[in-house]
Amino acid sequence: MPASQYDQVTKIGDATDRIDGPLKVQGKARYAGEFEFDAPTLVGVYVGAARSGGTLTKVNTDKAESQPGVKAVLTYHNAPEQRPFAEPEDAMRFGQSRAVLQDTKIRYAGFPVALVVAETLEQARYAASLITHTVESDGPELLENADEAQVTPASLDGGFEPDATCGNIEQALNNTTRLDMTYHTPNQISAAMEPHTTIAYYDGDILHVHTSVQILASAVTCLANTLKLPEDKIRIKSLFVGGGFGSKLGLHNDAVLACLGAIHLKQPVKVALHRRQVFHSAPHRGFSIQKISLSADNAGHINGISHHSAMPMAQDYAFAEATGAVARITYKADAIESRHRVKVVDSPMIDSVRAPGDAIGSLAFESAIDELALHCKIDPVEFRLNNIAPAHPITGKPFSTHHLAECLKKGAEEFGWANRTKNDNGPVKTGYGVALAMRMNMIVPSAAKVTLDSDGQIAVFTDMTDIGTGTYTILSQVVSDFFNTPANAITINLGDSTSPASCGSGGSFGASSSATSVRNACEKLSRQLCEKMGLARGSHQVAVHDGKVIAGEGDTQQVCTLSDLFKDSGVSELEGHGEVEPGESHDEYEQYSCGAHFAEVTVDTITGEVRIKRQHGVFSAGQILNHKTATSQLQGGMVWGASYALLEDLQRDKHHGGFVNCDLAEYHFAVNRDIGDIKVTFIEEPDYKACKLGSKGIGELGITGAGAAIANAISDAVGIRVREFPITPDKVVNALTKQS
Amino acid sequence: MRPFSVNSLTDGKQLADIGTFESSRFLAGGTNLVDLMKHQIETPQHIIDLSRWDSANNIDETDDYYQIGAMVSNTDLANFAYQRKDLSVLSQALLSGATVQLRNRATTGGNLLQRTRCYYFYDTNQPCNKREPGSGCAALDGFNRIHAVLGTSEHCIASHPSDMAVAMTALDAQVKTINTKGDTRSIPVRELYQLPGDTPHIETVLAEDELIVAVKIPKKKRGTQTYRKVRDRSSYAFALVSVACDLTLKDGVIADISLAFGGVGTQPWHAASAEDFMRNKTASSSLYEQAVDLELNPARGAGGNDFKIPLIKRTAAFVIQQAVEHQMANPGHQGAIHAR
Repeated sequence: MPASQYDQVTKIGDATDRIDGPLKVQGKARYAGEFEFDAPTLVGVYVGAARSGGTLTKVNTDKAESQPGVKAVLTYHNAPEQRPFAEPEDAMRFGQSRAVLQDTKIRYAGFPVALVVAETLEQARYAASLITHTVESDGPELLENADEAQVTPASLDGGFEPDATCGNIEQALNNTTRLDMTYHTPNQISAAMEPHTTIAYYDGDILHVHTSVQILASAVTCLANTLKLPEDKIRIKSLFVGGGFGSKLGLHNDAVLACLGAIHLKQPVKVALHRRQVFHSAPHRGFSIQKISLSADNAGHINGISHHSAMPMAQDYAFAEATGAVARITYKADAIESRHRVKVVDSPMIDSVRAPGDAIGSLAFESAIDELALHCKIDPVEFRLNNIAPAHPITGKPFSTHHLAECLKKGAEEFGWANRTKNDNGPVKTGYGVALAMRMNMIVPSAAKVTLDSDGQIAVFTDMTDIGTGTYTILSQVVSDFFNTPANAITINLGDSTSPASCGSGGSFGASSSATSVRNACEKLSRQLCEKMGLARGSHQVAVHDGKVIAGEGDTQQVCTLSDLFKDSGVSELEGHGEVEPGESHDEYEQYSCGAHFAEVTVDTITGEVRIKRQHGVFSAGQILNHKTATSQLQGGMVWGASYALLEDLQRDKHHGGFVNCDLAEYHFAVNRDIGDIKVTFIEEPDYKACKLGSKGIGELGITGAGAAIANAISDAVGIRVREFPITPDKVVNALTKQS
Repeated sequence: MRPFSVNSLTDGKQLADIGTFESSRFLAGGTNLVDLMKHQIETPQHIIDLSRWDSANNIDETDDYYQIGAMVSNTDLANFAYQRKDLSVLSQALLSGATVQLRNRATTGGNLLQRTRCYYFYDTNQPCNKREPGSGCAALDGFNRIHAVLGTSEHCIASHPSDMAVAMTALDAQVKTINTKGDTRSIPVRELYQLPGDTPHIETVLAEDELIVAVKIPKKKRGTQTYRKVRDRSSYAFALVSVACDLTLKDGVIADISLAFGGVGTQPWHAASAEDFMRNKTASSSLYEQAVDLELNPARGAGGNDFKIPLIKRTAAFVIQQAVEHQMANPGHQGAIHAR
C-alpha cells in the first residue's frame, strides 16, 4: 500500500480522504482474485448439493473428467485428507476445520460435493454442469416456531450470558399497561459486493493464499487445522476486502477448495464463489422470533421488560447472537428478564451479519418500546428520556461515558421533532419515528510494528485488514499525529499474516484496538529514539520530519539528524512493537457507544409502499478518528437499517432447505433511490477508559436502532404495527385492511 | 459454459443464410440470455447475435403509427416516448424498469421476450417445467411471493417480468416479424404470448426461426395515461403488481379505456373483461371495483402470492379513479397526470 497523498501532517480526527481511494477508483487496488503467481492459475468451480440434511449417495464425475482443459475433479473419494469438520473444539469457530469433500454428510443445500479444476473458468463451469449427484434426505430439520427452540446456548456472541434477569418479572409485568408482542425478523445475509474469492499455491513447502477475509490470524489457524499443516507453513494475504459485514470473519468453501486444488495439483488454483453460491457458502443470519412483554406505570415509567429470543443454530457451528442485549441495557426497569434459546438445524452456517444481536434486537425492541409509549399516550421522545438507564439496569455498574440522553435531545432539536407537521393530502401519509441505539464497545488483543529508516520513512506492519472502513487511513493518521510526520512519509502495510497478529476487522473493535496497538508501537519507537539521542530518562515523545528527530520545544529543544542517528546506531532501521489488551476498566465500567435515530417516511395507503424521506442520526462514540470515514460508516449503517426495516428477506424453501432468492435482483437491499436525506452528527467526547485514544466502536452503531425509527414512523403515519420484518407493501396493505 | 457457435446478423433478411435453428437463440439485450447461459438454464448450441443489426435501431413515425425497431434500446425508446403525449404510458413503464445501465442495453424486441424471474426456474437443482418440461413445478408448493395469479396452470405459475410489455399491451402494439423464408407477419402483442397450460416452456407464438423486426404502435388520440408499478424497493425491483391505463372520459362516461396488468399474469395481462365492462358506462368507484373484480374472477393465489389479488384490485381501482378525476378536471387531457 503506497503512502498517503497528503504532504502534511494529518491529525487524529481530521476528515481526510481515504489513502486507498485513488488506488480503488483507478482499479489499481488488487483484490484477492486478481493476484498471479509465476505459474498460470487454474480455475476451480464446485458443485453444490441439491438439498440439505441428508447423505450423498451418488456422485458421477465421469463426463466431467474427460472434458478438454480439466485437470482434476475432486470428490470425497480423492480429495486430500482433512481434519474432521469443526475440530478441534477449542480452536473456536474461525480457527476450526472447515473440511469439505471428506465424507457423504451433506451439511446444507449448496454444500460442495465436487470440485472441478480446469484451465479456464468456462471449461470448469461446463465440466461441473456434467456432474450428477444424488442426496437422500428425509427433509431438512428447521426451526418452525419459537417453542421448538429449547437449547440454551453456552454463550452468546459478544460474551453475553444467554439469560439475564433482575427483579420479579411477573410482578412487574402484572400491570394494566402490559403489552405482549411477538416480533419476527427474517434470515438475512451480508451480500458484500466482492464475492468470496481465494487463490492458493502450494510450493511444496509453503501454502501461499490470497483471500478475502476480515481476520488473518484465525484464518491461518483454520487452514492449518483443516489441511493438517503447521501454521508457519501457511501465508495468507488479504490486502483489500470488498466488503465483509461479518461474512468474511472466517474462511469459507472458496478458501478450503482452492487450497485442496492447489495441494492436489501443485499449481495455483483460484476459486471464486459466484453470486448464487455466496448465499449458501457464506454464513447468514438466522431468523428470530422475539417475544417481548413490557409494562409501565401511569406516569410512563417502565416497570417490566421481558425479552425472549428464539433462533436457529447451524449444526456443528456454535454461534448464537445476543438479540436481547439492547433490552438489558437501554432502559431502567423494576424487573428485567432476557432469555435466548436456539434449535440446532440443517442450515448453512449462521454467523455475524452486520451488527449481530443489536441490529435485529433493536429492530424489535425499539419498536416495542414505541408501542408502549403510544399505549401510555406519551410522546415517544419524552417516554425514552424518562426511562434511559443511568447505569447498567441489571448489574448497576456505571458507564464509562454515557451520552444517550444528549443524543436524543440533540437529535430531536436538529430533526425538528417538536415542530413536525403533516400536510397530507391524498392517500400518501407522512410519519415520524425515533429509536435509540446502544452498542457494546470492546478492545480485542492486537499487535503492530512500526519502523523508521534513515530517510525518515515510517512503515506500519500489522495483519489488520481494511474492509472498506478506512483502516489504512486512520492508522496513517495515528502515526502522522504522533510523530508530527507528513502523511506521505508513512506507509501502512496490512493484510499479511507474517505481520504481527491484530484483532482483525469485526465487532466494531477494529479501529480502537488496532489504532491503540499502532500508537503503542509509536511510543516504543519514540523511546528508542530518545535513548539513542541520549535524552534524560522519562523523555519519550519525539517528532520526526524533515530528516530530523526533534525532542522538546523552545530552549530545551534537542534536534538530531536522521543520518547522524543511524550512522551512530549501526542499523538501517529502528522498530517499535506495540500491543493492546482489554484493560482493567473493562471490568469496572460498562462501555457502550450510543445514538438516537430519527426518521420521516411516507406510506401509500393504496399500495402499501413505504418511502423514506429523511434519516437523522446523532451518535456518541468517544473520540472520532476520522470524521469523514466515520460519517460514511454511520451513514452506511443507517442505510442497512433502512434495508432491515423495509427490504431484506432471505427466503428458504421448506422442502429442499436451500435459499431461493439468491441474487441481488431478488434479495433486496436499499438502493440509492430508497434513501432520502441522510444526516449524521456527533456528540464527541474522548472516552479514555475505552482506550488510550479515547475512541469507541462505530462500525455497528449506525445500524442499531436505524430500522426501528423507520418502523415507528410507519406506525405514526398510518396507525398500524407490522411486527414481521421487513415491512413490505403486502404486509402494510394487509394491516391497513384489518385496521379498517 | 457449454460450447456454442455464434453467427452475427446485420440484417433480418440474412436469416435465410443461417443453416439451422435447432437449439439456437437470438441474442439481444433484455432477454437475460447471457445470465441464463452462465447458470446452464439456457443451453443453446447456436447464438445469433443481433448487436450489429443497425437497421433495426430506428424509430419511424407516420401519420398512422410509430414503428420501433427491434434493436432500439429501452433508454432511447423511453426518451422518444417521453416527448409524445400519446406514448406517455410507455415512457412511464420503461422508466420504472430496471436501472439506467440495464435500460441502455435492453432492446425493444429483447425485452418483450424477457424470461421469468421465478426462483425455481433459476435453480437448476429444482424441478421446473419451463426449464425442463415434465420435471414438475417447485414453485406451486414453494416460496411463491412473486408468482402469477392469472393465466396460471398446474404446471407453471411463473410471472412475466417486463414493464414495457405491459404498456405495449395497453397500447395494443403489433409485433412485426420475419422468418428464414423471408415471410413477414404482424402479431398483436396481446396475442404474442401463450398461456403456460401443460407446455410452459413455450412462451410465445413465435416460430423457432421467427425474428421480431419491429413493434408498431397505432397513433390515435389517447387520454390520461398512467403506469403504476408497486414494488418492494423504489428502483431495480420487479413489479409486485403494476397497472397500465389509458382512459378517456366524455360527459362523465368512460368513452375509451385500455387496461393492462403486470406482475400478476403469466403474461402481460390485457384486462379485456374489465375494459368491456366499463366502456360507455358512467364512471363511479363501484364501476371500477366491479370491473376489476370481474377481471380477477379467475385469479388464484398459491399461498405466498395471495396478496397480489387484493393489491392489484386496490391499485387498479385507484389508478382508474385518479384518471377519471383528472379527465373531469381537464377534459380532453392526453398524457401523464404528473407531467414534469
